[in-house]
Amino acid sequence: MTAAGKTIAVIDYGMGNLRSVSKALEHVAGDKQVIVTADPAVVAAAERVVFPGQGAMPDCMRELDARGLRAAVLQAAKDKPFLGICIGQQMLFAHSDEGNVPGLGIFPGEVKRFPEDKMLGADGLRLKVPHMGWNEVEQKPHAMWAGIADGARFYFVHSYCVQPADPALTTGVCEYGIPFTCAVGRDNIFAVQFHPEKSARDGLQLLKNFVEWRP
Amino acid sequence: MLAKRIIPCLDVTAGRVVKGTNFVDLRDAGDPIEIARRYDEQGADEVTFLDITASSDQRDIILHIVEACAEQVFIPLTVGGGVRKVEDVRRLLNAGADKVSMNTAAVQNPDLVFDASSKVGSQCIVVAIDAKQVAPGQWHVFTHGGRNDTGLAAVDWAKKVEMLGAGEILLTSMDRDGTKNGFDLALTRAVSDAVKIPVIASGGVGNLQHLADGVTEGRADAVLAASIFHFGEYTVRQAKEYMASRGIEVRL
Repeated sequence: MTAAGKTIAVIDYGMGNLRSVSKALEHVAGDKQVIVTADPAVVAAAERVVFPGQGAMPDCMRELDARGLRAAVLQAAKDKPFLGICIGQQMLFAHSDEGNVPGLGIFPGEVKRFPEDKMLGADGLRLKVPHMGWNEVEQKPHAMWAGIADGARFYFVHSYCVQPADPALTTGVCEYGIPFTCAVGRDNIFAVQFHPEKSARDGLQLLKNFVEWRP
Repeated sequence: MLAKRIIPCLDVTAGRVVKGTNFVDLRDAGDPIEIARRYDEQGADEVTFLDITASSDQRDIILHIVEACAEQVFIPLTVGGGVRKVEDVRRLLNAGADKVSMNTAAVQNPDLVFDASSKVGSQCIVVAIDAKQVAPGQWHVFTHGGRNDTGLAAVDWAKKVEMLGAGEILLTSMDRDGTKNGFDLALTRAVSDAVKIPVIASGGVGNLQHLADGVTEGRADAVLAASIFHFGEYTVRQAKEYMASRGIEVRL
């Protein structure tokens, strides 16, 4: 086994391909080992934890529980550098309108669909949902943005976004019809709606910042 | 603001890029991974592999290509060609594809779009539509490289696959494909206006103005091109700089 404290656990609860996430992390992990795992013990032993997610949030919550990983995720979110990605960010909140399901409740707030009546672009044309592609992220000061220009573009694919009850949680804002929170942070937790593993150089920089982050 | 995307497309057969490439300093012009890396460096927003491998016993080669690509190229990767079952979708996604594109199989079995999007999420499912004009302002969906007229109206089919759960439409004009005369803008606009999911315009790009027109006139969310990039006529960066000069939001 690997020496404890040197691993980055990518939590695998059966929702889609984690190869891109793990390969992008390996690209920037230096001497740390990246492990894709469904084993709560491996999560508990890891130095850092990445919590990804894709698909629909009700399926993600169900599969997380089916694999008995909820307690390990809640514990990791308390005591080690923790990065949520996409649905992995949404699941940290109290509730999602997608399938009307409760989330993990680590952060107060809701996950809501982009409001149909606000989906108009500057040119008056309707904005497509899902919000798919590269969009600008306005940063709030946070160590995880080191080396990344304010307003840099990241790759998004989603139809729902988080609405934190506490505005202090917001560490990044994006605009698509409405301004929405696309990054949140508190203590040892940072989570993003976009996909850093698919966001070229700036995405890799964010993952590198996570690997080195000392919250 | 969300950027319009530029997507270079590579035709791959038995693991090799088919159409010749003319990058000045490529070690191996037939290696899809090296070419994908080059496009990533140039600022491509995504890369698409179209697997045109004819023989079924060589089909799995694309999986190894996708795996290797996912280790080195950190932008979204779409893979299409020969996708017939949900299992094919799953295998490509597990290898590292972000989206899987289906074409003929979706026409023959529309339930595939529903089944696949229900299982892996709409965001991973692209339906490729090959359309040909049959009368002014009317386009039909064709299969088998433009030989078979399905009788389906392209706009109706686009709406149907959206309803079935497709996350994106890759729309190719069979009239324009390979001509370098530009996209069929009326087709692109008709489909883009009819659906709420993103539409990628394809077929006919011969210069940078064509790419910009696809967005401004065709109202496409993304533009796909092959030969103008492969033969080194333009870099992706040049394409983006041109589009920006036309007032189009791009990632530079």
